[in-house]
Amino acid sequence: MRPERARVTGGEQIGPYTLLRVARGGIEPGIPGQFFMLEAPGRPLPRPMSLCLAPPGELEFLIDPIGPGTRALCALQPGDELAILGPLGNGFRLDVERPLLVGGGIGTAPLPYLSEALGSPPAILGFRTARHAEAARLVPNAEVVLEPTYVTEAMPPGHDVLACGPEPMLAAVAQLEPAAQLAWEAAMACGYGACYGCAVEVDGELKRLCVEGPVLAAEAVAA
Amino acid sequence: MILNASGCLDALTAPAVARSLDAFVTKTVTPLPREGNAPPRIAEVEQGMLNSIGLANPGIDRFLSQTLPRLGELGVPVWVSVGGFTVADYADLCDRLDDRPEVEAIELNVSCPNVDDVPGSVGEIVAAARAATRKPLYTKLSPATADIAEVALAAQRAGTDGLSLVNTILGLALDNHTLKPRLSRGAGGLSGAALKPIALAAVYACYAATGLPIVGMGGIASGRDAIEIVAAGAASVALGTILFSDPDAPGRIRAELASEMAALAVGEADNVIGLAHAKTTAASETAAAAAALSVQ
Repeated sequence: MRPERARVTGGEQIGPYTLLRVARGGIEPGIPGQFFMLEAPGRPLPRPMSLCLAPPGELEFLIDPIGPGTRALCALQPGDELAILGPLGNGFRLDVERPLLVGGGIGTAPLPYLSEALGSPPAILGFRTARHAEAARLVPNAEVVLEPTYVTEAMPPGHDVLACGPEPMLAAVAQLEPAAQLAWEAAMACGYGACYGCAVEVDGELKRLCVEGPVLAAEAVAA
Repeated sequence: MILNASGCLDALTAPAVARSLDAFVTKTVTPLPREGNAPPRIAEVEQGMLNSIGLANPGIDRFLSQTLPRLGELGVPVWVSVGGFTVADYADLCDRLDDRPEVEAIELNVSCPNVDDVPGSVGEIVAAARAATRKPLYTKLSPATADIAEVALAAQRAGTDGLSLVNTILGLALDNHTLKPRLSRGAGGLSGAALKPIALAAVYACYAATGLPIVGMGGIASGRDAIEIVAAGAASVALGTILFSDPDAPGRIRAELASEMAALAVGEADNVIGLAHAKTTAASETAAAAAALSVQ
């Protein structure tokens, strides 16, 4: 298990987010919903990021600069190098009949790659502001709602829901669609089961999200 | 010899990383299963991280029946870290490990900063463990004590075979916006680069006081760090926080350490152990020679 050195090929500002592009090299893009540990320059720990898109020869990550690590990642310039470990964890099951993608805020990040894998199914994306909602252009067939409207108010029934977003949103989606697949987020030091930092309650027990998830069945997680 | 620090690697989810070590040290096993503390239980800080995992583990029964047989199949020597809440807990845990061929050594975790119950004195714990097992015993000490050499001597008198130095030391990080603790438990164990000088001081003092074999750990992230803790007195080196960002660290640090040794030109690796204590060393002689030259 060895992190690969990857070269930054570019970065694009999308609303408040940065779409970081790196040369793929020998790194496999993995299954949508899986994640990678990205070296955060100058910081002691890497940061977990799900893959946003995998165009030929590249990997793209959508990053919200909310702290020192993510800000360092967003500040990377073409030609800079960083260590990347992955793909890690369990992604979305793709054997769904009527997929509906649901995303909230930076939880939009894994949905473009997922949409591609599922043939551009309908999507509902919720954002805090119109500026944040610029990220919706990465997801085809997306309907956008802005606060104070929530994605759960716009979700049509009768779909196989695949969702990623903040915890309250995932909890609300789980109430509506107990069979939904939900991609969760947690602080992680390692991403491969070593640090025990990313504990979440799964089936009534604290388990490591990086090993059990990050995609979990809605009914497995206490809302 | 390069090991992992207890709690910093799960050999069953990352067997390749475990096999890159000279011995694998388990996460601390306690008498009963423990879920650990509520999340969030890690936080990055400048020069390191805090954790308050809280000894999450399956308990000794499930460890013996399910985990240990699988660890035994990995092909890497297994050290089992044990932790209790009474002196009798340690004796019982060691007794149950004593006849297990998969176990090469036992590490007594008498220093977890993330649990409330404080067991008896280190000397009592080591003596009870010693009476319960013939396996080599390494006692893992906290640096948060006025005189760590005194504690090490007590462990030595009670029959420990070696020391593991050091465990994490309590630290606190506050949220940027709310100014509330970032960990659910409040404070947590500080590890990473910030711990290195503290670890060096502890190894230096305990080596001088006891001469026991020491597994040195605390912020070791490079071959240079490794050779420094060996020079302070460690016979082996354990990797902790660095494994989180670089699972390839054991191989890398082993290679870097070999380069450091070659540059030092001291011959065998064992010659470096405790080198910092020598009255005159190759390094100081070189520095003295350089100083003499510059004077001329």
